[in-house]
Formats: sequence, structure tokens, C-alpha cells
Amino acid sequence: MSGRVLVGVKRVIDYAVKIRVKPDKTGVVTDGVKHSMNPFCEIAVEEAVRLREKKLMKEVIAVSCGPQQCQETIRTALAMGADRGIHVEVSGKDYENLGPLQVSKIMAALAKKEEASLVIVGKQAIDGDCNQTGQMTAALLDWPQGTFASEVSVDGDGLKVEREIDGGLESVRIKMPAVVTADLRLNEPRYATLPNIMKAKKKKIASVKPADLGVELTSRLEILAVEDPPQRQSGVKVESVQDLVTKLRDSGTL
Amino acid sequence: MFPACKYTLQARRCLCSVTALQRAHSPSLFCATRWSSSSSTTPRITSHYTVYPREKDPRWEGVDMERFVDEADVVVVGAGPAGLSAAIRLKQLASEQGKELRVCVVEKASQIGAHTLSGACIEPSALQELFPDWKERGAPLHTPVTEDRFGILTEKYRIPVPILPGLPMNNHGNYIVRLGHLVSWLAEQAEELEVELYPGYAAAEVLFHEDGSVKGIATNDVGISKDGSPKDTFERGMELHAKVTIFGEGCHGHLAKQLYKHFNLRQHCEPQTYAIGLKEVWVIDEKWRPGRVEHTVGWPLDRHSYGGSFLYHLNEGEPLLALGFVVGLDYQNPYMNPFREFQRWKHHPTVLPTLEGGKRIAYGARALNEGGFQSLPKLTFPGGLLVGCSPGFMNVPKIKGTHSAMKSGMMAAETIFSKLTNENLQSETEGLCVPEYEENLKNSWVWKELYSVRNIRPSCHGLFGVYGGMVYTGIFYWILRGKEPWTLKHKGLDSDQLKPAKDCTPIEYPKPDGKISFDLLSSVALSGTNHEHDQPPHLTLKNDSIPVNNNLAIYDGPEQRFCPAGVYEYVPVETGDGMRLQINAQNCVHCKTCDIKDPSQNINWVVPEGGGGPAYNGM
Repeated sequence: MSGRVLVGVKRVIDYAVKIRVKPDKTGVVTDGVKHSMNPFCEIAVEEAVRLREKKLMKEVIAVSCGPQQCQETIRTALAMGADRGIHVEVSGKDYENLGPLQVSKIMAALAKKEEASLVIVGKQAIDGDCNQTGQMTAALLDWPQGTFASEVSVDGDGLKVEREIDGGLESVRIKMPAVVTADLRLNEPRYATLPNIMKAKKKKIASVKPADLGVELTSRLEILAVEDPPQRQSGVKVESVQDLVTKLRDSGTL
Repeated sequence: MFPACKYTLQARRCLCSVTALQRAHSPSLFCATRWSSSSSTTPRITSHYTVYPREKDPRWEGVDMERFVDEADVVVVGAGPAGLSAAIRLKQLASEQGKELRVCVVEKASQIGAHTLSGACIEPSALQELFPDWKERGAPLHTPVTEDRFGILTEKYRIPVPILPGLPMNNHGNYIVRLGHLVSWLAEQAEELEVELYPGYAAAEVLFHEDGSVKGIATNDVGISKDGSPKDTFERGMELHAKVTIFGEGCHGHLAKQLYKHFNLRQHCEPQTYAIGLKEVWVIDEKWRPGRVEHTVGWPLDRHSYGGSFLYHLNEGEPLLALGFVVGLDYQNPYMNPFREFQRWKHHPTVLPTLEGGKRIAYGARALNEGGFQSLPKLTFPGGLLVGCSPGFMNVPKIKGTHSAMKSGMMAAETIFSKLTNENLQSETEGLCVPEYEENLKNSWVWKELYSVRNIRPSCHGLFGVYGGMVYTGIFYWILRGKEPWTLKHKGLDSDQLKPAKDCTPIEYPKPDGKISFDLLSSVALSGTNHEHDQPPHLTLKNDSIPVNNNLAIYDGPEQRFCPAGVYEYVPVETGDGMRLQINAQNCVHCKTCDIKDPSQNINWVVPEGGGGPAYNGM
């Protein structure tokens, strides 16, 4: 086991910004809009860096797939403590169609190429909310997965992962190499302070193309339209139970 | 107390929090000074370390307060038009003359342009000087002004006023721009010239040499929790030292406020007067006339309240409208609500048809300078100087400040460069003093321009209010070009102008209809503003009991009305009678109006953790 951690980070529209649908309904407006690192990816980077600080791992590599601006996101990961970065260049139409399947193929290829022992990603991205990339990556690599992790610890030659599930918490023990997806309560990410940003400018970010990794990016999905959700209708107050029943009957619900 | 070296940092923090807990249970042990500024009935509001120093705070005992230090030749605070022009000019000169210069720019917004808000109709003169090939470089000046309209509004009608050439608001040759995009473009040019740009890092403290000159700045600390105690993620900001520090924080900068006091820069000038500008961007349907510039005065303001509206038709593909309302902050009625005046104005019969069927896509607000010539402070001090709207070069009747801000940045760069490269340089202080900057500015068109319009704003204080001002402009500016030998004075500090609430009548504002006019909270959401919630509120009060005892009692809490982001709310206390001030610091859009207009001058705006604040896109 090499002790290398591969962390996936995604550049998404900042969570506080109000989204606007493009007039041609092909997507949302992204030009000039404030972007930042996906909050779950920040938690993933923090966990990876902590593993290296505890000397359980040797190297943290931050990966991002997308256009030139992704380099800023990788820089932030480097400022938080990652050792080096890999920017997988995807732009234009390819980037618009980039989904979990393509990204997981890229992550799987990189994990093999870099001989990683662990792949950590955020559980989902706040723009797509797909919650698929981590799981697909594990499947493609045929590695065990510990998803929705709220605690990760090294247990012999494997990992003990505390998972947050609907019923409560589940403890699993998985062998390495493995894939882990970070949930909200895994840790509180550190700030990327200015001295670290300055140091990060000297750390390496390698650029690769998906074709170099043997990954083909065609999507099996076609976006037909993107629209605003329908306006919420105002509710009606009723005076009595009889009124309620009458209204429900009138609307055809009863 | 505890021999700190024996314990690890973790253990030390544990011990500190345990002792803090013990103290909380026996409040008499707290040193009396901590609680003196809030009486027993006033809940504690402020927890910021600028009001409660950490040296005296037991929760901070043993915390490592050392800062990382780095040196640059010039540090610029603020990546707005002035700051970026200064940085760009420095690097242009350095590369022309083959000299090496390290220029660092710090900016509190997470990306450059995100805190920029302006009308804006700009004069390209300064940009032309900075980049004669700005068109080829793709500067986003896409909308030349084709039509200029000015009107006086009454409740139902509009009286058109002709804009003759020579009047200050004639816009021939100017461009309507989205200033945020222009600033982002300037940032790209700066990066190409190898200026080091650091968005997301706010300058929180000015550093001084032993001899009192400015040494540089320190960026904000991170990881302080809401009650002022250190979190696990606490990290000190970093120190950036420079030979000269350029302060370009924009209107009413918080570091500039400290510098005025420290170096007594406002000794020989009048206090600065301000206005608040609220702005929205709309996508409209049919009434789009690209290149049209419209201004109005009058309704809904009365003749004694300075202010008016702007409505610019942008030509950038989509039918976009940049519109807004400006209200002078010297208003007297504490019931005045600039946000609601703006919403009300949109319902005027001559404005409503343009907006009907359209969609609002952005909202924001910012204070702007109105003092002009009379309020210019001393611009230089040992180790630094002020550029842009911070000292305030805005030409108020022209409603333009970007060109003079950029020019001031460029002049600062030129004078600093010649000083830095002067081999025979002898400086009395460790931080360089650059008085030549002020002298050169006085000989430039910026000074002449501000001088010629100096009397227009004060002339609006007379019996006929704004209309008197218009008559004055017609006679003395249009005909005589501002050469009259007298200089009128302003009324004084904006915060002193409020009359007590009992002497004023509340204003009845119409309810927002959700299509043309909107409520405050949905507007604030549109600005994309947010801050890390677990940090001390950055709207600090020198005395926590003054808001209820003074602002609410005498002026009925004007801050709940003039804040364009709903930060200040007077809510009933949980138990018993009375009200308390609630500060929703997360909503803040960094407009600075509260620091300016607070009648008790009790609110001190300090910079929050960098990266927080509005997320304007091309405002």
C-alpha cells in the first residue's frame, strides 16, 4: 500500500448565491457568478490532510475535472494541505455533459495510475445532488466503499467507517484500497489562510486530458430543459373540520 | 496561572474553557470592566475583540498569537477601480523601466468584483490613459450612451428637463457599464502584469513602525466563534509589510476611519457627507432602449431630501436594465426608509411600464460620497496614502466617481514608483512618505473638476432644496463654470442631522406587490450575501445599551430603516418588557450606511472574515 490519498474536489456555484435559469432553458447562469469548493469536498480534503498529519497516509493529491477555473479550487485544496494537484481538463460541451459516470471513470483511472490506497470524495455536490460519484468509482475499481462517513479511523490494514444512515449510525470495516465519501459531521474543515495560499502557488498542479487516461466522455443523458420550480401556491385557512372536508372533496383529493 | 509550557495547546484550551465555565457560574468574578458597557438589563450584543481586547480575555490565555510575515514593495488594500489601477500602473512602469517590484493586493470579497456596486455610467478618460488599447483588450464597455433624459417627478407626472451640453450630467462620449465586470477585467489585466491578487483576505489591521509610520497591514484572523472565544480552527491573519501601503477601501473604509484619527488627516477639511445608493438589475421585455440614460429627481422625495433615481439600458445581449435610487444621508426624518423609497419610486406611472413583465435578477446597496472638494482630507501620511472613493473623488452632479478614482490610483502609482526607484532616496520615516502624490493630484484634472462642481451639492441646502440647487447649477456651473469665488459649506456630519422621532411624522409606505416592488428579505437573498455564522458580529457597538436607550428612545431606531439588508431589528426581550437590538450580521452587504448614519455614532463597522459579504455579479 502506497499511502496515497486521492481527493476529488468540485468547483460549484456558492451555496448562498441565488440561481438564475438561462433564458434558453439549457442550464443555469454561471458566468461571473461566485463559485467555491463544494462544502462536502472541503470536508473530504480536511479528512485526507488529517490522515497525512497523523502519519497514516503519506501523500494527498487533489483532483478536479473541469475548465481552467478549476485550478483555483485545486489551489484552495493545496492551501488546506494537499501535496499536489491534478487538473483534468474538460471544457465546453464536454463540461456541460460531465456527470458522475464520467467523473468516476476519471477517478478510477487516476486511482490506478497514482496507485492510491484511498479515494475520498464528498458525498454529493450541491449543484447536481447526485450522490453517485463515490459509489460508481468504487464499483469501477471493484474496491470496498464507506459512504456517508461521519468518522474514519485506520484499523490494521483496513478502515473502520462510521456511516450516517437513515436509522442512525452503522459501523463498517473495509479493507484498503477503498473509497470513502464524506458527510457533514466528519470534521470541521480548516481555513485556507493567506500564507498557505502563497505557499500553494509553488505546489505542482499537473494537467491531463481525459483521453490521456483512456476515458471517453460521451454522456448517455441529454438535458431536455431546465426550468424554475413552479411558484408555491398560497395556502387557505379553514375555520372548521367540516370546511376542511368540504374543501378536500371539492379539490378531488377525497 | 498555569505554567503554560507544561501543557499542549489542546490541554491549554480545555483548561481555559473549564475556567471560563467556572467563571460563568460566578459572574462576580468577571472583571467589572467587561460588563460595564452593558447594564444588567441589556443583553450582551458585541463580542468582537476590537471592543473586548483579547489580551485581557481569559479564554485567549495561552493561544499562539504570532503572525506569519511577508514583505512586498507596495501593498494595496482593496481591489476596486482605484486599487487595481494603482497596482496595474506600478507594474506597467516597472516593466517599462526594467525594474522588479512586488505588488500585493488584498481584497475582502471572495472574488474580485463581488463587492463592487455602481450605476454605472463612466467616463472612459482614465481608462484611456491606463490602457489606450482597452477596446482591443476586450474591456467590457459595450454600451455607449445614446440618449440622455432628465426629469422631475411629481406623484403622477414627469416634467422633462433638457440636458444641454455643458451641464454636468451630459453623457456624450460616456459608456454604461456593469462596474463589477469592468473590475474583474481590470483584475485579469493586473494578473497578466504579475500583480499578486489575494481575494478572500480582508485587511483587518494597520501595522505601524516604531516611528509611527505605516508598516503595512495584517489580514483578518479566522476561527473565532460568535461569543469571541477561539475555535479549533483558529488561525492568525498574516502580516504584509510594504514600503508604501495604498488604501483603496472605497467609500467610508474602516481602516481609513482609523487612519484619519491616527494621523489627524481631517484637520483642515469638512466632514465627509454621504448618500446611500440602492440598485437592482432587471431583465425586461419590450421597452428596451439600449444606450438610454435616465435620471429623475423629485417624487417620492421632498425638495429638502437630496436624492433621485437612475435607470440605464445596457446593451450586452440580453435586454438588461440597471436601475436604482440614491438618498442623501443628511435626511432629517428618522422614519425615512431608503429601501422603501426605492421600491415606491418604481411604481411611478412613467417608470412602471418599463418594468412591467420584467424580472428582477439582482439587488445591492452601497454608500457613496457626496462631500466632494470640501471634504477631501490630507491624502498622504508616512508609509501610505489614500486613493479612490475612500478619500472621495466623486463628482456628485455628474454622478461619476470611477474615472477620478482610477486617475487617483494611477497618480499614486506614478509618484510612488519615482520615489521607490530614486537611488538617492532619503526617508525620515521607515514607511515612505509620498506628499508628491497630493501635489500632483492638485495639478491634475481631478482637482479642477471637483473644484468646479464644489458648490452644487451644498446649494441644495437652501430654501428651495434640490430645485434651488438646480437653479444654482444652471447659473454658476453652466454659465460660469464654477469660477465663483466662494465655497459653500456642507451642513456637518450626516449622523447629526436626524431630528427626534417625536418631531417627525412617520411615512406610510405602500406594501410591496411582489412583481415590481419587493420586500427587504427577498431582496437581500438576491444579493447572495452570506457570512460564516459562527463569528463575532462585525457590526460592533462601543456601548451595548445605547441602541435601546438612545437610538430607539429618541429616534425610534432609524437603523432598522436605513439598513438596506435588514441587519438591525428591534425585537421584544424574551422575558419582561422592553426591546432589544438584534444584529443579523450575516445579512450585511457591506454598504457602511450604519457606520455613517447612526445618530449615536456607536456602531463601528469592522471587516468580517474575508470571503463573506455580497456575491454581486456585474453590479
